[in-house]
Amino acid sequence: MKKIAVTAEGPDLDGRVDPRFGRAAGFMIVDPETMAFEYVDNGSSQTMAQGAGIQAAENVAATGAGVLLTGFVGPKAFQALNAAGIDIGQNVDNLTIREAVQKFKDGQVPLADSPNSRGHRS
Amino acid sequence: MIIAVASGKGGTGKTTLSSSLVSVWPSPVVAVDLDVEEPNLHLFLKPEISAETSAYIEIPEIDDERCNRCRACTDICQFKAIGIFGDVVMTFPEMCHGCGACWTICPENAISPGQRELGQIVTGRSGTTDFVMGRLRVGEAMSPPLMRAVKQHLNSTNEQPPRDMIIDAPPGVSCPAINAVMDADVIVLVTEPTPFGLYDLALAQKAFAPIGKPMGVVINRADIGTRDVHRHCAETGVPILAEIPYQRDIAEAYACGQIIAEAVPSARPLFEALVERITDLVKTASPGEEVCHA
Repeated sequence: MKKIAVTAEGPDLDGRVDPRFGRAAGFMIVDPETMAFEYVDNGSSQTMAQGAGIQAAENVAATGAGVLLTGFVGPKAFQALNAAGIDIGQNVDNLTIREAVQKFKDGQVPLADSPNSRGHRS
Repeated sequence: MIIAVASGKGGTGKTTLSSSLVSVWPSPVVAVDLDVEEPNLHLFLKPEISAETSAYIEIPEIDDERCNRCRACTDICQFKAIGIFGDVVMTFPEMCHGCGACWTICPENAISPGQRELGQIVTGRSGTTDFVMGRLRVGEAMSPPLMRAVKQHLNSTNEQPPRDMIIDAPPGVSCPAINAVMDADVIVLVTEPTPFGLYDLALAQKAFAPIGKPMGVVINRADIGTRDVHRHCAETGVPILAEIPYQRDIAEAYACGQIIAEAVPSARPLFEALVERITDLVKTASPGEEVCHA
């Protein structure tokens, strides 16, 4: 099974999903079978004046994750994640990382075919 | 001489003032609308348009075959106009500021300059006035590149000796506003005697001060509100160049797309006096110096 990237407020499996994608604090890269995880900081994207979503998509692509779970993805980030072949599950905010991954494993997170946020510049 | 008519707050009367200044200026001028997001000076000057040319910015085009995904371009780009996602390289044309760093740095020569349309440069004539405006393409997010293209056009077309230029600037205090005033010899700040007018006037003064140009204030709708703007100008040492009264016939003329200095006889002397105040302000700021032109 593909590794799952979840936007996270911190390096804690029981911490909250960060609802933002581009400006998320970081990503938990979770192996859904073993629940082994690794935290990747998204600091460089958080401080960008523009293009945070694109930068974050590069960061996720670099981890080798095949699925992204998050709250909101804007249009450019969506395009970028699609190009990288990363599946996107949106609207999983208000959960912990562990709950979000479980929900995905249970088939309860539909894969998105369009962005659910208009982004900052549109 | 280049006169920029600016403001912090929008809707204070920049275009009202610019069109009247054009009308009473003692010599034929170039009237420039640099509020490219919402140009409206033409509604008052009613120029006969002679040309509309598109302006472009250079953006990266990537040769996918040549690109070896070395990331030099995406690393140097400050605006994420190029992204590399796994093995896929992608451009985001609307993010590009046109700096050219990517095709300069690319070791494989895989990037060449393409084009994104910024908008139009519209030129014409209204009586003896030369008229130039920029009109941003709908959907274009950045106005300074088009403003630069308009200024380049002005530099290449102004007569010798150059005509005086009156620039109708965009409101605000961010890049577009700075871009519109940075080449001026004098900045005329239009405000109104309200808390909003005062707040944004102070912001504009602060934003423009580092440019080091002489500034003066024109108070529009001068007999409403409070005396706080007057006090503020006295405290910060910025001269009040003119006060335009809050008058029904002025509002009516404006609403009909007329130039106040022409449509309201009682207001004309006010603008004529303003021309002298502006000229004096520039002379005092650079005594004995021939004023430079753009």
